[in-house]
Amino acid sequence: MELFLHQVLAGIATGGIYACMALAIVMIYQAIDHLNFAQGEMAMFSTFIAWQLIQWEVPYWAAFFITLAISFAGGYLIERIVLKPIHSAPILSHVAMFIALFAIINSLAGFIWEYQIKAFPSPFGAHSFFGNGLLSAHDAGMIGVTIMMLVLLYLFFRYTRIGLAMRAAAANPESARLVGIRVGWMLALGWGMAASIGAVAGMLIAPVVFLEPNMMASILLYGFAGAVVGGLTSPGGAVIGGVLVGVIENLAGTFIPVVGRELKLTIALALIVLVLTVKPSGLFGRSVVHRV
Amino acid sequence: MTTRSHLNAFFSFLRTVAPYRRGLAFLLVILIALPLPFLVKNFLLFQLTLATVYAIAILGLNLLIGFNGQFSLGHSAFYALGAYTAAILMDQYNVAYYWTLPIAGIVCFVAGFLFGLPALRLEGIYLALATFALAVAMPQILKLSPLEPWTGGVQGIVILKPSAPFHLPLNPDQWLYYFTLAVALVLFLCAYNLVNSRTGRAMMAIRDNSTAATAMGVNLSLYKSLTFGVSALYTGIAGALGGIVVQFVAPDSFTFALSIALFVGLVVGGVGSIAGALFGAWFVLFVPNIAEHVSKGLAGAVYGIMLVLLIYLMPSGLAGLVRLILMRFAQAARR
Amino acid sequence: MKLRNYLIPAVVLGLAIGAASPAAAQKKYDPGASDTEIKIGNINPYSGPASAYGMIGKTITAYFNKVNAEGGINGRKINFISYDDGYSPPKAVEQARKLVEDDEVLLIFQSLGTPSNTAIQKYMNAKQVPQLFIATGATKWGDPKNFPWTMGWQPSYQSEGHIYAQYILQNYPNGKIGILYQNDDYGKDYVKGLKDGLGEKAKTMIISEQPYEVADPTIDSQMINLKASGADIFFDVTTPKFAAQAIKKAGEIGWKPVHILNGVSTSLAAVLKPAGLDNAKGVLSAYYLKDATDPQWKDDPGMKNFYAFMDKYFPEGDKTNGFTAYGFTVSQTMVQVLKQCGDNLTRENVMKQAANLKDLQQDLFLPGIKINTGPTDFYPLKQNQMMKFTGERWEYFGPVMTGATGS
Repeated sequence: MELFLHQVLAGIATGGIYACMALAIVMIYQAIDHLNFAQGEMAMFSTFIAWQLIQWEVPYWAAFFITLAISFAGGYLIERIVLKPIHSAPILSHVAMFIALFAIINSLAGFIWEYQIKAFPSPFGAHSFFGNGLLSAHDAGMIGVTIMMLVLLYLFFRYTRIGLAMRAAAANPESARLVGIRVGWMLALGWGMAASIGAVAGMLIAPVVFLEPNMMASILLYGFAGAVVGGLTSPGGAVIGGVLVGVIENLAGTFIPVVGRELKLTIALALIVLVLTVKPSGLFGRSVVHRV
Repeated sequence: MTTRSHLNAFFSFLRTVAPYRRGLAFLLVILIALPLPFLVKNFLLFQLTLATVYAIAILGLNLLIGFNGQFSLGHSAFYALGAYTAAILMDQYNVAYYWTLPIAGIVCFVAGFLFGLPALRLEGIYLALATFALAVAMPQILKLSPLEPWTGGVQGIVILKPSAPFHLPLNPDQWLYYFTLAVALVLFLCAYNLVNSRTGRAMMAIRDNSTAATAMGVNLSLYKSLTFGVSALYTGIAGALGGIVVQFVAPDSFTFALSIALFVGLVVGGVGSIAGALFGAWFVLFVPNIAEHVSKGLAGAVYGIMLVLLIYLMPSGLAGLVRLILMRFAQAARR
Repeated sequence: MKLRNYLIPAVVLGLAIGAASPAAAQKKYDPGASDTEIKIGNINPYSGPASAYGMIGKTITAYFNKVNAEGGINGRKINFISYDDGYSPPKAVEQARKLVEDDEVLLIFQSLGTPSNTAIQKYMNAKQVPQLFIATGATKWGDPKNFPWTMGWQPSYQSEGHIYAQYILQNYPNGKIGILYQNDDYGKDYVKGLKDGLGEKAKTMIISEQPYEVADPTIDSQMINLKASGADIFFDVTTPKFAAQAIKKAGEIGWKPVHILNGVSTSLAAVLKPAGLDNAKGVLSAYYLKDATDPQWKDDPGMKNFYAFMDKYFPEGDKTNGFTAYGFTVSQTMVQVLKQCGDNLTRENVMKQAANLKDLQQDLFLPGIKINTGPTDFYPLKQNQMMKFTGERWEYFGPVMTGATGS
């Protein structure tokens, strides 16, 4: 029983990482209606920028916000320069473009900063917060920041003009254009915001898993899983989904005999596919009704 | 004769052969492919064999994505299943290599069909994720210790290279090239006939408008699962061939990077084009080598930039570009 | 059945070596060697998930530049051709064939990774091209009977695991061991070495084994299970990133076992500093190379050579990254073999000389570590030195230890 509780706590801590990433994924899904496979790499690159700033002795919080600004600009520019020319291309071309971005950003980061792992500071410290070190202050802080971002995003998309315009542009570009929304600009704005949220995720994740060019590859997968379990249309669902994935994975790895230890990721993924077959738009997602 | 009349003669020639262009292109490919083993180094031959293997896998993916509209990022799993089926049969049961292909095909067809059943409920991005999960999980399953007696666990299985039968004066590389080519030709012809059949039209109707297709009496779940199965069959045969050509299978050979590579090959070659698979396979095999040649440290970036440029230049793949050029020619000829 | 194919070349090789010795003064070449150059091939993961290892290939390239700038080997320049396989076995096969058939190299040196090397081993031996000093610690590379053209370099993972077993039996005969290992050939080899070394007692002493995948973001769950198992000896078979995580996590959850860390992850800069030097205090390990950031080697002549090389020929490279020290040292061994070959640069002679290294010391070897090979001994490095981390540097203790390379 004690082990069970410990694993759940640790699962929540790790799940916090996935939740953070899942939120960034849902965010961009809301803004551009695509899943961005390069999202993790963008977050990684942002985190390297923050690390570089800190190496140049910029204070943590200054580096934090400068990184957010740079990431916003970077996301905005990627949309305007790289993706704008293929707006009308089929979705498969977009996916291929994301793969290309993935390769470029990953390779560039390795070229500039090398592959050796780097320690990244935590603003919250590493001391124990709860449960004898199972939930560190950093884990708690990460979950806190994720929830804060969630609330802010909720308010933004629900109550601000620009937030509503962004949702409209993503959901129905044709109608949005008719009511005077600059759809292209909204898309770029969505990319900028997603890049910033990714940067926050990266800076919160790096103290736990260490900073290196490949740090996001698997976290992105877990983030996807969390986002899909919770429902791609629901930011709150994505956060819960991320934490669920973390907990399920730990419990499967600990309590399923023989194969559990070696297949914990596989078991977590199988559960997700199961969830999807029962509830195709995730636990908290709206099901989309198509007009024929 | 003036240049103009030369051109006109050329265009009228094009018009006469236009109805047979597919057959002609097919013939041309064979005419180029047949003498190659006696003209190029064994190493290049090996690369071409591998490219042909990837072409079969990409074709399988294309049947699913391009002709049926179901999105998959998980085909490395079927490729792995095919490769391991062949390797285990050869290594443990001394089955001849050519028999492993149909068996691998059947195993993958069943696996694909079964996976296609629950996947029926998923669409677009959700299906992509479910298949992606399959690709990520596959290497872990192959490594699983209870399966080690068959799979060799993390060490994989080394298999023997087949040599030419009937005392043909061919070295193993040349023989495997012809063998792979023959398998590929059969599979490409089958695919061509499939998409031009009643079944193929049903597949495409589902892609274009599933509601309308259902209304016209197409059995949605049957056709979608069947397509998944056939697609997995193609990729599985490619996997078996790939295992035989490389002489080695291991979990590390079939990570989701392979799925991504197949997908990129599909997009670059042309979604919904049968011949495009060949070009896509060449991209998958040769472009990383070119990128590496340009810069070692930035090989990934060079690869990415080349991919970006190709998407800009040919948004519907090479096959789309060729189609476009032919159309322009036809228009010019009509004028 | 399968063995027979390889026995024949082995016998032929033996005869050839016997016959060749009287005429050694004459110049003899195989493809890839000439009066002016020696072509050496290499396969490294410059891209993909294992790209951290690409640093080794870059260091070797820089080292051969140094050799060439200083006049080459016996007057011949080294032409080093290094290709990327992205840690994918099929790609490794393709690149190996390109090197052998297209570039026509004399030998392939330091191809990296157990899966990639397993994939090309049969081909290299069938072609009778040396697959020399490869970058993996699997035990299967020292098998001259069946694979006379393949040789490893570093101490095998199993022999290192064996050394830890000896240490545990001597000092903690009643210990309870918990193991964290990477679920691949490398992790399993270490565990096998430990179990073989513990012998009968393995079953009772090892109370928990926790695998992790390279793709796992964290190993927190495994660490909690290990702590809960009640183990008081922690055998930590992890690559640098996960080693840093494990050391840090053990500190965070207040688990203080005897921590035995594999030699793969002993770098100060790449593992212990990111993990926190306080957390790493007391960690035990065994290794064979000096750490470039360790202050105790500041005035060591070998270390000075390494620094001079890095400053002049690889200034953009990171000296503190353990891979540069590794690449530097293995290149020195390669150069030694080529020097010994003299003007007889045939593939046979390369293998013969590689199997004829006696008490070879290299600049960065820890005191007492030597390379020895022979016609039936294809394990160049067999020794490791036990050491303990003081909180700022590694402190060496006990004699240089030799682990059995079984199986």
